[in-house]
Amino acid sequence: MPLTPEELDKIAKEVAEEKGEKELKYDKLRYFTDEELKNYTDEDLKKFKIKHDISMIEELEKGPWTSFISDIKREALHRSKLPEDKMMISKEVCEDLLGQLELSYHDKETHWKHGGIVGVFGYGGGVIGRYSDVPDKFPGVAHFHTIRVNQPASKFYTTDYLRTICDLWEYRGSGLTNMHGSTGDIVFLGTTTEQLEPIFYDLTHDLTQDLGGSGSNLRTPSCCIGKARCEYAMIDTQDMCYEMTMHYQDELHRPAFPYKFKFKFSGCPNDCVAAIARSDMAYIGTWKDDIRIDQEAVKAYVGGELKRNAGDMAGRDWGPFDIKAEVIDLCPSQCMSWDGNKLTIDNKECVRCMHCINTMPRALRVGTDTGCSILFGSKAPILEGAQLSLLTIPFMYAERPYDNLKDLADKVFEWWPEEGKNRERLGELIQRQGLRVFLEKIGVRAIPQMVKEPRSNPYIFWKEEDVPGGWKRTIADYRKKHAR
Amino acid sequence: MALGKFGYYNPDKPLENRLTDMGPRHYWQYFPPIIKKNYGKWLYHEVLEPGVLVHVSETGDRCYTVRVGGARLMSVEHIREICDIADKYCDGYLRFTTRNCVEFMTDSEEKAKALKEDLMSRKFPAGSHKFPVGGTGKSITNIVHTQGWIHCHTPAIDASGIVKSVMDELWDYFRNMTLPAKVRVALACCLNMCGAVHCSDIAILGYHRKPPVIDDEVIDKVCELPLVVAACPTGAVGIAKTKEGRGTVRIKEERCMFCGNCYTMCMATPLADAEGDCVVILAGGKISNRGTPPKFSKVVVPALPSNPPRWPEVVQTVKKIVEVYAANANKYERLGDWAERIGWERFFEKCGLTFTEHLLDDYRLAYDTYRTTTQFKFTEDAWEVSRQVKGI
Repeated sequence: MPLTPEELDKIAKEVAEEKGEKELKYDKLRYFTDEELKNYTDEDLKKFKIKHDISMIEELEKGPWTSFISDIKREALHRSKLPEDKMMISKEVCEDLLGQLELSYHDKETHWKHGGIVGVFGYGGGVIGRYSDVPDKFPGVAHFHTIRVNQPASKFYTTDYLRTICDLWEYRGSGLTNMHGSTGDIVFLGTTTEQLEPIFYDLTHDLTQDLGGSGSNLRTPSCCIGKARCEYAMIDTQDMCYEMTMHYQDELHRPAFPYKFKFKFSGCPNDCVAAIARSDMAYIGTWKDDIRIDQEAVKAYVGGELKRNAGDMAGRDWGPFDIKAEVIDLCPSQCMSWDGNKLTIDNKECVRCMHCINTMPRALRVGTDTGCSILFGSKAPILEGAQLSLLTIPFMYAERPYDNLKDLADKVFEWWPEEGKNRERLGELIQRQGLRVFLEKIGVRAIPQMVKEPRSNPYIFWKEEDVPGGWKRTIADYRKKHAR
Repeated sequence: MALGKFGYYNPDKPLENRLTDMGPRHYWQYFPPIIKKNYGKWLYHEVLEPGVLVHVSETGDRCYTVRVGGARLMSVEHIREICDIADKYCDGYLRFTTRNCVEFMTDSEEKAKALKEDLMSRKFPAGSHKFPVGGTGKSITNIVHTQGWIHCHTPAIDASGIVKSVMDELWDYFRNMTLPAKVRVALACCLNMCGAVHCSDIAILGYHRKPPVIDDEVIDKVCELPLVVAACPTGAVGIAKTKEGRGTVRIKEERCMFCGNCYTMCMATPLADAEGDCVVILAGGKISNRGTPPKFSKVVVPALPSNPPRWPEVVQTVKKIVEVYAANANKYERLGDWAERIGWERFFEKCGLTFTEHLLDDYRLAYDTYRTTTQFKFTEDAWEVSRQVKGI
């Protein structure tokens, strides 16, 4: 059964109690006073010059799109006016970062050194060491480590939380972030080794907030907006993401894998978190009953009262809505028909691509018997070339406490760390050993849904037990019938 | 929270009162009341205008969302301004999208309109928008990207600067919904592809083009040589000895495909080079399962010069592809679907791109990309080959 707001209220309370997660109030946790925070005017900002010549990157302040250079300059000005004893690393970090970036723009090469192992006690991930290779010129960024902070599922925030981490990060770090990193974490850009433990202490004690993953471990799982604000979501993406993150904390913080491993959760086949392209184990919501049809609303689309594709094509005149050309003919499995009065869907032939639902969202809705498909093995090119995820589990109900999901992931975690070579992603191991071996390890049989087409070469690696009589025979027996 | 260099942390007793393995905070507390109340009850949504969405619930509630582009790299001052806006209009709640946009949610259309006006009025002193509204539906939304020169040790190109330059040029496509389908642009500053650009409609990729130079003086002290050898997917790295008899590696240069795996494993094999590093353009990938299955982006320009601060060659190439696509594709047709329908030969012709031998796959499974049918279209490229063999 789908989770209700009432159940989620209860779950959240239980979790908070269990973890000692206190309600966050910025005013109780802040580092800076209002006067300290409002320490410059627009006029100051207009006149502000940093200590380095950055005329090349200042070109990137022009144009309409939001300028990261302007933003860093603002932070530089703000820091220059904060009291010295209210910043635990150099107050000039932003200015030196801009200075070093300007140098890179002239040299057309990066000026960050290779790696450097730093972290917090007991964790093998979450912190990435970063050192400047021109520390004499830009001492503020000589040591400039990244901290990954595990983002809340689907990146909703309260301003109390955000203001608190802003204070923390301005006090103990550069005041620069990524919101968010590619995998989903909140990324704190730039602090010294000395500040890592104090930051971790504040995060865990005051914010009940842990770090994310880095290195050869489970990377921070992420999910789409799901049922929080999307009518297509067929699984509780946030809850699955949260539960799997909590269940695999050890795998996330203490690298014991051949390489990185990613879980991603998308509520429907539109796949807004790119699970199919970017995760070793992708959970994508789907349904197994019928698409719900409101025939009156279909007519309203045909009659032009409702706008195609939720109104998001309104910027151009595409002419009147043509249900045949825009829906029926674009259905990849050709399972729909329109007789001028009634839309019919042959649901057993539907491949659930979402096109018709996306195009007429007020007339068509996903089914109500929902779960997820599970796909494995996608990755970017390093090492053996990019791969998309392969469909392996056609359908699985995904309900708390998600034991079936955990059992399946456990089987993968038994096989891949054992067999995978250094820096070999799951998809590459499946490629090297064969899908057949993978299916054996997770205990499912081969089905045609797993392939685009059957193999065209007949080079089948038969096993001895598959062949009548086995492989034990002698040349003498053969020669009884066949002269040499 | 505690003031002072170490706060509550005691460096003499690092494990005292240590808390670990607590994961992220629970997501539910961050949902605004309208989201909590209508969880799982949404009926449909509509894009009211570029950047403004309404979601309608079976309870009758309507949630209005205003979406703004973000630079991904954000200062805490910027985040505080976002918080001020969220406090003023959204009862202190907001969210970020997977493409580094910020979404402000309200419960009334009037508030959403006022919010939109307010957001568009906020500019940096030099003139750029702090909170550009747009990026919904058939538009070009924010470019997902990587760190580049701002904070990474392996990039071939910058990231934020190219993204800024391209988005300035694609501004109208961000602000309006005029395209046949959404166009997802992504940038990765090296082959590691932290930005996972490999399934984007248009991908901008930094690429090294000179084999690593070996730091013989330190390599045997700072790296495990067998690991460096094993890191190479093409077997181009071999163990060798320096004149002084120390262990090192040598590169079979003709085998190097410049992936940088050796450098990831070993700091003594850098690849970066101002002259050699370039920008690759890929096109035609997608992630959504809508209509056609997800697919990879394909390399359509093997190398463009990396010219800071504005990368004009990259900007103009991306813009040209978008414009030709916008003028020619059918409605709902993603860029890759359009290219496949008209044929890649026509894609190159229409976009004015030159097909070179670099675009022929010669890595694993290359033969799968070769055409094995007599079905093709005649373009000037085809006549040129005919002439080369005196066919015409």
